[in-house]
Amino acid sequence: MIELRIFLLHVMAILWKDIRYELRSRQTWLGMGMFALLVLVIFNFTFDLRVDNISAVAPGVLWIAFIFASLLGLGRTLAAEREQHSMDRLLLCPVDRKAIYLAKLLGNLLFIGVVEIVALPIYALLFNVPLPAALLLIVLLGTLGIATIGTLFSVMAAATRARELLLPILVFPLIVPVVISVVRATQQLMAPTVNEPPWIGLLIAFDVIFLSISMLTFQYVVEE
Amino acid sequence: MSAVEIRQLKKSFGLKPILRSVDLTLHQGQRMALLGANGAGKTTILRILAGLIKPSAGTISVLGLDIIHDIQQIRRCVGFVGHQSYLYEELTVLENLLFFARMYTVPHAHERVHELVQRVGLERRVHERVGALSRGQVQRVAWARALLHAPHLLLLDEPDTGLDREGSELIDALLAEHIAVGGSVLFTTHLIERVLQHSERIVMLGSGRVVYNEETAGLDYDTLQRTYREVAS
Repeated sequence: MIELRIFLLHVMAILWKDIRYELRSRQTWLGMGMFALLVLVIFNFTFDLRVDNISAVAPGVLWIAFIFASLLGLGRTLAAEREQHSMDRLLLCPVDRKAIYLAKLLGNLLFIGVVEIVALPIYALLFNVPLPAALLLIVLLGTLGIATIGTLFSVMAAATRARELLLPILVFPLIVPVVISVVRATQQLMAPTVNEPPWIGLLIAFDVIFLSISMLTFQYVVEE
Repeated sequence: MSAVEIRQLKKSFGLKPILRSVDLTLHQGQRMALLGANGAGKTTILRILAGLIKPSAGTISVLGLDIIHDIQQIRRCVGFVGHQSYLYEELTVLENLLFFARMYTVPHAHERVHELVQRVGLERRVHERVGALSRGQVQRVAWARALLHAPHLLLLDEPDTGLDREGSELIDALLAEHIAVGGSVLFTTHLIERVLQHSERIVMLGSGRVVYNEETAGLDYDTLQRTYREVAS
């Protein structure tokens, strides 16, 4: 019980430190937010959107904006740790490595979540689509899947010189199942069709698998 | 019980061997200086003992604990001051120290932090960002961070870096306090006068091995300087 309390205290301390760091440096949120908005606006200008094709195009546009903005943010959230080229400051401490991972994951979820909350109404406005409550659940599950894998690999990529290039190359192939699930689940919300697989169920399954693997492997990734 | 017991330690980075076979014993309450040319493996030994990197081969016990199996317990007993400050530049002195106090689960964290800030003479800078401090002031905060959890073993990698005369005197006093309560110190430096002043035993590394291991008592500056030059070359 005491160990769990210490574990949670460590998670909260690291998370709070990252939030403070981000509020001071304002590097991640502003960059991600601007990027997501630009993608939405550019796609809005580029596509010839009509009522009959909107459900085929709009979900893809939304998730392209979210995925690219997320990857931009995932690379940035480790900026605080990379300031002195390594995670050594945290690794010196007697902290369970799972607590470090969980804190970084929650930080990434928070940073991406704030950007998504701002971008969603703009998306609805630009593409003239409704925002049903179920979309929030899909966004939450999709973001969790992206952040789970992204957090693990951003730590791995942080140790390399070509980290900005390496992170998307490592993460994109792995999040393909999540991307397919969230786009199809969003499409189902806009234009329901019969005989579709249970995309939200699949999304939950991917999240659980990715989270379990990431928690178990993080220690080996972050330590030498 | 020894503070540090290293037997046949080997460490390679990729195919490049850094430590070939190092044997070393640091007794409790002892101060040991690690000398050697750049790349001799001094920092590597300290980083292994701090739990930052793992040995490739060999056995190490720190305060009777095994470095592989009891690494979290070892981290609780070790304080590390390195080339880098291991502080967050965007956070203030107080925020940094409180954060690390939480990481080490220090009881009465606020009191302990204020006590140490006062001890390193930075009480007026406590609300300033670390990034806005001078190199010497940052080094003082790094010392406060390393002492937060009252470690039994201090690992110091060129601890004088960036410190002025006053700062060096402060470090001398902190080290004396640490030794007075039975703590041990393993430090690296290139300054011979600091070695003579602060160590009871000198170990020199060359080609990844211990090539010199003597007590400091009886050694003078010239003899040590000559030996160091021979080893370093």
